[in-house]
Amino acid sequence: MSSLADFAGLVLAFIARLITGAQGHWLGCPPKAEQRIYFANHQSHLDWVLIWASLPRDLRAQTRPIAAKDYWTSTPFKQWLTTAVFNAVYVNRQRTDDQDPLEPLVEALKRGDSLVIFPEGTRSNKGDPQAFKSGLYHLAQQFPQVQLIPAWIDNVQRVMPKGEVVPVPILCSVTFGAPMQLQEGEDKRAFLERARSAVIGLRPHVQ
Amino acid sequence: MKAFFKALRALNVEQQVALLFVILFGVLLIATVVSVMIVLRQQRPEGDEVTLRLKRDLRAVWISATVFWLAWMSGAFGATVLFALISFLALREFITLMHTRRADHRSLLLAFFAVLPFQYVLVGSRSFDLFTVFIPVYAFLAIPVVATLGGDPHRFLERNAKIQWGIMVCVFGLSHAPALLLLDFPNYAGGGAFLLFFLVIVTAIAQIVQELATRRMRRRPLARQISRSFSLHAWMLGALAAALAGALLYWITPFKVGQALVMAFIAGASGTWGEFVMKALKRDARVHHWGNRASVTGAVGLLDRVAPLCFAAPVFFHSVRWYFQLSI
Repeated sequence: MSSLADFAGLVLAFIARLITGAQGHWLGCPPKAEQRIYFANHQSHLDWVLIWASLPRDLRAQTRPIAAKDYWTSTPFKQWLTTAVFNAVYVNRQRTDDQDPLEPLVEALKRGDSLVIFPEGTRSNKGDPQAFKSGLYHLAQQFPQVQLIPAWIDNVQRVMPKGEVVPVPILCSVTFGAPMQLQEGEDKRAFLERARSAVIGLRPHVQ
Repeated sequence: MKAFFKALRALNVEQQVALLFVILFGVLLIATVVSVMIVLRQQRPEGDEVTLRLKRDLRAVWISATVFWLAWMSGAFGATVLFALISFLALREFITLMHTRRADHRSLLLAFFAVLPFQYVLVGSRSFDLFTVFIPVYAFLAIPVVATLGGDPHRFLERNAKIQWGIMVCVFGLSHAPALLLLDFPNYAGGGAFLLFFLVIVTAIAQIVQELATRRMRRRPLARQISRSFSLHAWMLGALAAALAGALLYWITPFKVGQALVMAFIAGASGTWGEFVMKALKRDARVHHWGNRASVTGAVGLLDRVAPLCFAAPVFFHSVRWYFQLSI
């Protein structure tokens, strides 16, 4: 990793903190250098940056986002940002018959990296998160030793609502919950529903 | 005593300010040591609510003293940038706890990235005539226009009022603090730092004495729904303590003893009223302190620290200008 990318990362994290505070609340687990899959609600383009900025600096390098290959490699700058700064895992959005869409994620996990995924698949900005896609379940099946950490990202939809490009400074927080695991004999739907309610359960209460 | 004050007057400005900081941090150190000893004597790690609040107040004074010291060290430019940053963080906290809607996005951008920096540019360039009217006249008319263009009539007036009030307190009010540093006084060159210090210290003293008085004696609260403890009596004691402190500090100001007393009373009184008003806002937003841990922000609660200053600074600033008969 070049020093320019490191520097860009620090600047980005600083801006994220200046605009949103990017407060990480570690309620269910300490921030630790273990292999983890963080999964969170998805409301805004800023979600990844927020989770990333709320992690301690030494965890940022091993925690990788998932990026759509066609979009994030379309210009040299985007490619540099996702590769050099964020060390993203690229996935294909178009399904091809001969390739498992989870394969790049599996590879990253085999190498010992941590991942951040948004199991809803798309952004939702109306109340509760949508139903989770099955990727999380398959990863949990294949990597039972990796901790699954639910996270709730709060307030971020106010920072940059859909269609706007400039963020408004508003404090956001990321709440990390207790690690969960796929239970013996638990079926896909039950697991995904349990994961989703773990994420919803972390939403801060309005007093 | 008189000879002592005369000797103080004989020092040059730099020396006087340096002396001030030595005294200020000395007093703070003693207060901190005493409070630590009290906590140790109680033999409880957490302490009861009174000591907790006292600790919070003490920390607030430490923070404002350090901020003031940094402001003085970094000169006019540094002070302006520093207060602009505090304004930004305070406004961020304020807006977080107010419910804004999607259509407010552009108004908020205007507030954060145009009104706030421009106000501080006006301070830094000493354009005090425009500085005084820029927010009340131009910004307060521009924001509703931008909000109207947002096209959402739902609770229109309320949403605008919230943003405008946030700007009023966090930007307009606070920007008067560095303005004091930069105001040119006849026969009082470089004295702005003293006035800012004077303002910060008497406001802090008024607040602390008012809190202590509230704790010591139960009086009829002024507005039970807003604060169960804020009484006229405590408010008066706070303002009087500020006046006394102001009179004792008269030697750093251009005022005579009696005038310093009145000026400090005005600053202390308006600062304490400011805190009272912020309490009402907090009740409305249903938070206990700004930046409460349990709420969405989890931040430091900066607004709690600067609210009295936000109210005291503009009142004090204009009183001083009136005193010096500076033309607007």
